Amino acid sequence: MADPTWRQPDMQQNAPSSEPIVSLRNVQKSFGPLRVLDGVSFAVERGEVLALIGRSGSGKSTALRCIDRFEKVDAGEIVVCGHRVDRPDVNLRALRQDVGIVFQSYNLFPHLTIEQNITLAPCAVKGLSGSQAKDLAQKVLAQVGLEEKLHAYPEQLSGGQQQRAAIARSLAMQPKVMLFDEVTSALDPELTGEVLKVIEQLAADGMTMVMVTHEMGFAKGIADRIVFMHRGKVHETGAASILTSPTTPELTQFVGTGNLKS
Amino acid sequence: MGGHLNINHLMFLGQGALWTIGLSAIALIGGGIVGFVIALARISPLKSVRIASALYVQLIQGTPLLVILFLGYFGLAAIGLQVSPLAAAGASLTLYVAAYLGEIWRGCIQSVPKPQWEAAEGLALSRTQRMMKVILPQAIRIATPPTVGFMVQIIKNTSLASVVGFVELMRSGQIVNNSLFEPFAIYAIIAVTYFAMCYPLSLFSQRLERRMGRGRSNLAPA
Repeated sequence: MADPTWRQPDMQQNAPSSEPIVSLRNVQKSFGPLRVLDGVSFAVERGEVLALIGRSGSGKSTALRCIDRFEKVDAGEIVVCGHRVDRPDVNLRALRQDVGIVFQSYNLFPHLTIEQNITLAPCAVKGLSGSQAKDLAQKVLAQVGLEEKLHAYPEQLSGGQQQRAAIARSLAMQPKVMLFDEVTSALDPELTGEVLKVIEQLAADGMTMVMVTHEMGFAKGIADRIVFMHRGKVHETGAASILTSPTTPELTQFVGTGNLKS
Repeated sequence: MGGHLNINHLMFLGQGALWTIGLSAIALIGGGIVGFVIALARISPLKSVRIASALYVQLIQGTPLLVILFLGYFGLAAIGLQVSPLAAAGASLTLYVAAYLGEIWRGCIQSVPKPQWEAAEGLALSRTQRMMKVILPQAIRIATPPTVGFMVQIIKNTSLASVVGFVELMRSGQIVNNSLFEPFAIYAIIAVTYFAMCYPLSLFSQRLERRMGRGRSNLAPA
């Protein structure tokens, strides 16, 4: 189903701010004979929170990974903060300075303290001095409520704390858009809340976000727009209200199978 | 025949033992440097570099060290390049060790979980920064036990350098035996000396591996 809010993306490298921060148009991607993305289109405006939902294997994680070019698309167009991500000559390092990504398995660097995890990229990529980076680390850790863990190693933190530290690490690069790939799926239920709260605060601060999530109640509460994927296609899309009044039988079935809890 | 084993013989054997350690050090340092380059070449983004380094590894691993030593000493001499036994043995062992260490270290680098590479990429780190700041520090932890274990092999394999006339522990034993003809006593001394050099390393390697085994679950979150 075509997204009604779809607009032609700007072709120039410096897209004016009124253009979407992320836009996918007719994106195709196959793993061998398996077509994972079959003409996927959606756009994310500045300050918008978009939730990608769907069953396992529906292509939602692949779509998210294509935005940061962890997967190359076979066809179609992806524009992210003015970068033509679908093109082979895209400047990956520039793209990834604009895009922050948080993974399901946190992926903190185990040999570095939380502070070192956070300051590594700002120092190495943006050339911050040590003291600037340390100030920054304190600031972003305060944002996720982990100020006291500055000198801890990842293995000394709980899963929820590790994920919040990973979010802080991403924030330290001051991205224009954040991608969240099932960031609470590896957590015990009692630990998801602290991570979701951090993401809620980010949304309230106006961060543009794309998230793949299984937390339907959370998606409903935070997302400006829902994209329901089914068999590699955008099957239904709209405001969060589509979760309570879906129009397609597939989404009806998806939200009806106990996925919607709030 | 030529009298009894005396302090001079033992001094001579001791000198040989020192050369064994020296040759091992040359092989380890030279092979370590070349091996590091090989390890990086094996995972290069350039296909030609990957193929060339893989060919090197296959070629060396498929050739007996003895043959490499003969080629380095007698072979080069036959085509007019006269090299000293030390140079021939040092160079041959370097080539040999580089192939094995390169392959061990490639495996260690690649065993750093893929999400770690992706997280580093996602933070806009360059390929060199990813390697130096994220991957290698973790790979070194993984690589230490097998590398120390391989050092035992290097020490034992330096005995082959005796065939090109390099007077290390084995060759010095042969020389002493040629004058005394007490093979059992002398080769027993040689064996014990090799053991004394290798066993501490073996123990150290095992200790490291046990410590690694404990730390493995902490190496990277699931």
